[in-house]
Amino acid sequence: MLGFRKASPVVPILLYVAIAALLLLLPFVVESVLGRTWVRIIDVALLFVMLALGLNIVVGYAGLLDLGYVAFFAVGAYLYALLASPQLGIHWPFFLLLPMGAALACVFGVLLGAPTLRLRGDYLAIVTLGFGEIIRVFLNNLNRPINITNGPQGITLIDPIQVGGVSLSQTHTIAGITFAPVHSYYYVFLACALLSIFISLRLEDSRIGRAWIAIREDEIAAKSTGIHTRNVKLLAFAMGASFGGISGGLFAAFQGFVSPESFALLDSIMILCMVVLGGMGHVPGVVLGAILLTALPEALRYVGPLQQAWLGRILIDPSDLRMLLFGLALVLMMLFRPAGLWPSGVRKREFAE
Amino acid sequence: MDIFLQQIINGLVLGSIYALVALGYTMVYGILGLINFAHGDVVMVGALVALSIFQPLSASGVPVPLVLLLALGASMTICIALGVSIERVAYRPLRRAPRLAPLITAIGVSILIQYTAAMIWGKQYISLPPLLKTTQLELGGAHFTDLQAVIFLLACAVMGGLYWFVTRTRMGAAMRATEQNPDVAGLMGININFIIALTFVVGSGLAAVAGLMVVLYYGIGHYYMGFILGLKAFTAAVLGGIGNVTGAMLGGLLLGVIESLASGYIGDLTGGVFGSNYRDVFAFLVLVLVLIFRPSGLMGQPSAERA
Repeated sequence: MLGFRKASPVVPILLYVAIAALLLLLPFVVESVLGRTWVRIIDVALLFVMLALGLNIVVGYAGLLDLGYVAFFAVGAYLYALLASPQLGIHWPFFLLLPMGAALACVFGVLLGAPTLRLRGDYLAIVTLGFGEIIRVFLNNLNRPINITNGPQGITLIDPIQVGGVSLSQTHTIAGITFAPVHSYYYVFLACALLSIFISLRLEDSRIGRAWIAIREDEIAAKSTGIHTRNVKLLAFAMGASFGGISGGLFAAFQGFVSPESFALLDSIMILCMVVLGGMGHVPGVVLGAILLTALPEALRYVGPLQQAWLGRILIDPSDLRMLLFGLALVLMMLFRPAGLWPSGVRKREFAE
Repeated sequence: MDIFLQQIINGLVLGSIYALVALGYTMVYGILGLINFAHGDVVMVGALVALSIFQPLSASGVPVPLVLLLALGASMTICIALGVSIERVAYRPLRRAPRLAPLITAIGVSILIQYTAAMIWGKQYISLPPLLKTTQLELGGAHFTDLQAVIFLLACAVMGGLYWFVTRTRMGAAMRATEQNPDVAGLMGININFIIALTFVVGSGLAAVAGLMVVLYYGIGHYYMGFILGLKAFTAAVLGGIGNVTGAMLGGLLLGVIESLASGYIGDLTGGVFGSNYRDVFAFLVLVLVLIFRPSGLMGQPSAERA
């Protein structure tokens, strides 16, 4: 195994092939071991990987705290839902709607970021926090006098992703293998998540990425080296938002249903937790955080019956327990391990100073 | 015209509560440069503690003023304890950390308080038992209750007291010195940690008063109520100029009036397209407009990023 560390071309290629095979087979392995519910959970986890990577650009790279990230997710989801459902009687294809969702989320990002990003960073936190709530007020109330969003009931019967007349919401059999919708979506989401990872990694090493990191570490120093801080921050914010917009569109197509309920502050906090827990600014850490925190509520589901058995009653509702743990995780991580579970080298050094 | 006056009066009463909460934000921001996201939740805890006192005592024959005093005492004690522990546990260790760190703990603490409250008090709305008999008063065609008048006057009195404390006492001077430059203030013999803790004591005490007033005014409490209240109070603080005590008072009253007028008239102005269910949007709109056109607020000094 001496050759493992040297530049032997064979071993890395074998490794990549093994990882690729594992990822391709994953839904079928998981289904046979844990059941179809878990394939669905993996699909959701991949969506959250994309969201967390998007927020990572804002929080992890540029060091701007966005507390209403789910609003961009909502923008993408509602755009897709409105333009591909019987709600307005419009049925546009997904390859048009996903980029449109990204663009619209981007526009919202710029509208929010432009007034706040030239000020001190904390204003962004509070403005995004407000925006996250306000967008729900609109989604809930834009059902009259003209019914646009269908209010709290949400929009149903959203078109699934269709490729050349083949709908992903139906079960297909190709070469003797049965692909249920959760399987088909798995591959779409996997492709998108991998693309997000690729973009994130390339951004990190790019001129822009290094400008973001410079701003995060010392804004004044960054400015004095000739970085146009406001525009570069705005770019981070808009780019993060566009990740959210695309994930929103995918989410709407996958669920077939959106309602304002799905876009609460708590979801923003959960995505933030994924980034913070995993390791701000470190792509593998963020991916790990997203997967861990998507699986966590499923694991906590067993806590209810356990309490019933031990204490005779349900003391803490599992979903509340989840939020308590998120809150605690945010505080404890910042106090004791601010660079995250799987930190990047640069970040570790910065927090150690 | 009397509707106009009516909305102004409602707005002033509401605004005086916002102002009390805004003071907590502005004082902490002034000294630590930190948005204390948990402050709205401290108000919520104050409100729910007060409700827990009202629930058993309202029908027990204990005289009403005594019940009110008990509720105020209990919620002040708990809020102050909570505020000081938040500072000690979550903010003090991070005073020299990168900016993002205390902001993230602040939001974490806020979530923790909310869901601990949900565990203790449940997630349903808790309503105020019949406690006070209010009488209607009239001023120039506008109606208000004596309770509203008392809330407004009491809030003004508390704010007057705070103003006196900050501008006229030694401790107030120490607070202002710490706000200007903590390191130099420390060299002058001021115990910085004590002053910061004191800021949290004062802010949390005001939060308890505000919580009690919210309960008496709306007659209802809920584990999530601190969030939107906190957002509005923060807006009020920014409107007045964050870090500025007089500004927070003015901003609170102004925001209350703006919100009240806007939600009172928006239905007529837009022909019924937007109703008063959009009332929570106005505070946000005000926040964004202030940040665009006058980021230092009405009374604040323009401030640059501190190196």
